[in-house]
Amino acid sequence: MTRMTSWVGRNRGFTGAFLLFAALFVGYQMMHPRGFSTAVFIQNANESVVIGFLAMAQTVPVLMRGLDLSVGAVMTLTNTIASHVVTGSPIQQIVGMTITLAAGTGFGLMNGLIVVYGRIQPIIATLATGAVAGGLALLIRPSPGGEISSDLNWALTNAVFDFTETLGFAQDGTAAWLQPIANIPMPLIIMAVFGICVWVPFKRTVTGRTIYAVGSAEGAAYMSGLPVARAKIAAFTLAGYFAACAGLYLAIQTSSGNADINQAGAYTLNSIAAVVLGGTSLLGGVGGAIASLIGAGILRVISFYFRILSIDPLMQSLIEGLVLLAAVSIGALRTLRVKNTLELFR
Amino acid sequence: MPAVTDIVKLQNVSRYFGGITALKDVDFSCRAGSVHGILGENGAGKSTLIKILSGVLPPSEGQVLVDDKPVQYQSPSQAAKDGIVCIFQELSLIPDLSVAENIFIDHPPRRFGLIDASAQRRMAEKVLARIKCEDVDPDARVRDLSLSRRQMVEIAKAISKDLRVLILDEATSALTSKDVETVYGLLEELTANNVASLFISHRMQEVEALCDRLSVFRNGSHIQSFDKGDLTEGEIVRLMIGRDIEAQYPPKPPKAEVHQPALSITDLRWEQSLKGVDLSVGQGEIVGLGGLDGQGQKELLLALFGVLKGVKGEVRLGDMPFIPTSPAACKSAALALVPEDRKTEGLMLSLSIADNLLLPNYKAVSRGALIDTNRAAQEVDAAIAKLQIKTASPDISVETLSGGNQQKVVIAKWLALNPDVILLNDPTRGIDVGTKQEIYSLIRNLASSGKGVLLYSTDYAELIGCCDRVSVMYDGRVVNELSDDQLTEQALVAAALNIQSKGVA
Repeated sequence: MTRMTSWVGRNRGFTGAFLLFAALFVGYQMMHPRGFSTAVFIQNANESVVIGFLAMAQTVPVLMRGLDLSVGAVMTLTNTIASHVVTGSPIQQIVGMTITLAAGTGFGLMNGLIVVYGRIQPIIATLATGAVAGGLALLIRPSPGGEISSDLNWALTNAVFDFTETLGFAQDGTAAWLQPIANIPMPLIIMAVFGICVWVPFKRTVTGRTIYAVGSAEGAAYMSGLPVARAKIAAFTLAGYFAACAGLYLAIQTSSGNADINQAGAYTLNSIAAVVLGGTSLLGGVGGAIASLIGAGILRVISFYFRILSIDPLMQSLIEGLVLLAAVSIGALRTLRVKNTLELFR
Repeated sequence: MPAVTDIVKLQNVSRYFGGITALKDVDFSCRAGSVHGILGENGAGKSTLIKILSGVLPPSEGQVLVDDKPVQYQSPSQAAKDGIVCIFQELSLIPDLSVAENIFIDHPPRRFGLIDASAQRRMAEKVLARIKCEDVDPDARVRDLSLSRRQMVEIAKAISKDLRVLILDEATSALTSKDVETVYGLLEELTANNVASLFISHRMQEVEALCDRLSVFRNGSHIQSFDKGDLTEGEIVRLMIGRDIEAQYPPKPPKAEVHQPALSITDLRWEQSLKGVDLSVGQGEIVGLGGLDGQGQKELLLALFGVLKGVKGEVRLGDMPFIPTSPAACKSAALALVPEDRKTEGLMLSLSIADNLLLPNYKAVSRGALIDTNRAAQEVDAAIAKLQIKTASPDISVETLSGGNQQKVVIAKWLALNPDVILLNDPTRGIDVGTKQEIYSLIRNLASSGKGVLLYSTDYAELIGCCDRVSVMYDGRVVNELSDDQLTEQALVAAALNIQSKGVA
């Protein structure tokens, strides 16, 4: 129990974000005219996957005190790639998905190599490569389109039951062992398998820890003999991978690809907002990708409210901005408790 | 007595930085099972030497031999693989990671390829117990520890590895007396295990007490190596600075009858750290703050400089009541603080010397809204001359200066404001003997010109040599005040441990 309380003490940002998310989400479900239902939950989950993956993508470079301005564009690029290659037989589709993820990961690797060996600051390096990714996306898909199978779309954007039914195993989803999880939305499973199950072990590798160390004190990390260059490259590579997950899911969700540059930019900025909302410090060293998932959740729930409160669409952007500002300010409240003002600058 | 074997040897090693020669044709070796002291003023090449030994810098010429085999280290981790580990003066800990994570940062215990956090915590507890730091929580973030605890964690990190050569660069400068004892014991233990320790310290007594072999460096050259006892302290100091030095501390003036008060503090309280401090500093007086580390001395200085919020109690500057609300307010009230950590709180390392000197003084050198460059240049030249800052030009960045000269810049930038009260937080930490002396006489001169000086130092000799009076703090209070004949090392130690016997003088 004391270990639990001391954990909370050391992770105030995460705990605060989690409580805020829980409060907003429960409030939303209670105000929803139809109450809590699987259909609404699945829809909510679907709408959160892309920003969730992008928030995770953004977290890794932020942890080592760099921003990745290309995550949105890499999502768009992989989205257009997926719209070409994720077609045909199931095997071909799986190969296509692998190609898509590999493309995004490779793009992230390139970002890392440019930052480390080109000795360019991350923010400007990724601004440039982000534009390149957007340009490539336009070449690949000058106008929206693509033939991603509607079966795949159906299987991955609904509940576990629909997934097994579409793929025809577990007795078409009626097997007794499946029932406890049959109503869990597939998007959440995807998030867990391709996001959390990658991040959690990664965080416990020396490379993962080095990312935290570099963000906290790069000089000390080097002097401690940590693989600083490898960690930086890994951070951007992992960002590319998560961004590709977002792009791939977006393609499956919309059954098509669309080189929408404006959307890419908006998603990049929202990914930064989600990271901050989750309690990850833009100064590096503190936070994590799970926290950013919570941050992304907060962002999404705020927009869900617009739907049930029937707020004038013209007002939405204004309100979204104010709510975001207020949410971030909660994190700044801690500074009121600081009795040694020197701590504020550390 | 183990067989005498040289673990590390340098042959004709030189190192250049641009046009500057930091090390010149150095031959050097250190033996297994010995504690080897390296002496020299700042800028003598000691730091460059240990950076080459520990793989931070490659030599420009010459070669490094480990076990008689030439090596070319590209990074500190390669040197660590051969058992050469350095505890750097600039701490190498990661503030946002936990103590346990820091200790095993580059060799964590793993299970299935992943870091095993609970094994790591257990191992960290063991290492910490070995250096008597059971009070440090392995899960605590390093950021939340005091400087002396961090230094001990740094030592724990070094000894958690397979050591053959341990390099301590001013590693005891921030430690409390108790920790220093622990480190002495540890060095003995390591020596018995045939580890070679290289010990760099500006505290002569420490070097005398610990080392069995000494090497003196001056201006990048290895002057001489000798066994302890071969030369007297005076001879060693002469070798270091190439000239004789007079008494280390400037003479104290005869005691004035009554000092006009410059700063008086009554019942100052803050959180758990200050529990009713009463203290006064007179004009023309140097008052020392003594005691064990972490008894509220640093908090007292920060409270006086308006850094802490929620401070209760009364502060008077001269005759006027004064409420320190922020460093800016203190500046206008003619109160200056030379902070503990010059690299983060004292200086903008990447800015030029001139910019650093002018930082608190822009108002004085401005005409209207604009900075008058002529007046600024005059101001800068005056400050450089007054403190004898050794630099080719005021326009080069502060980080290129040696530690002692950096500290002079920190002091100089406040002096232009002509403050009435000057607070100094361990101003001679990690500074060479020659510069220390210059700072001591500077402090004395300030006092003689009527300023009140409050000096916190972890070095008892410094408090005794420099101060007119010493207020000893214990658990957030001033428990004793020593002056004149009472001001002895024994009395200071007794008071620091709060042994209440007036007779110990």
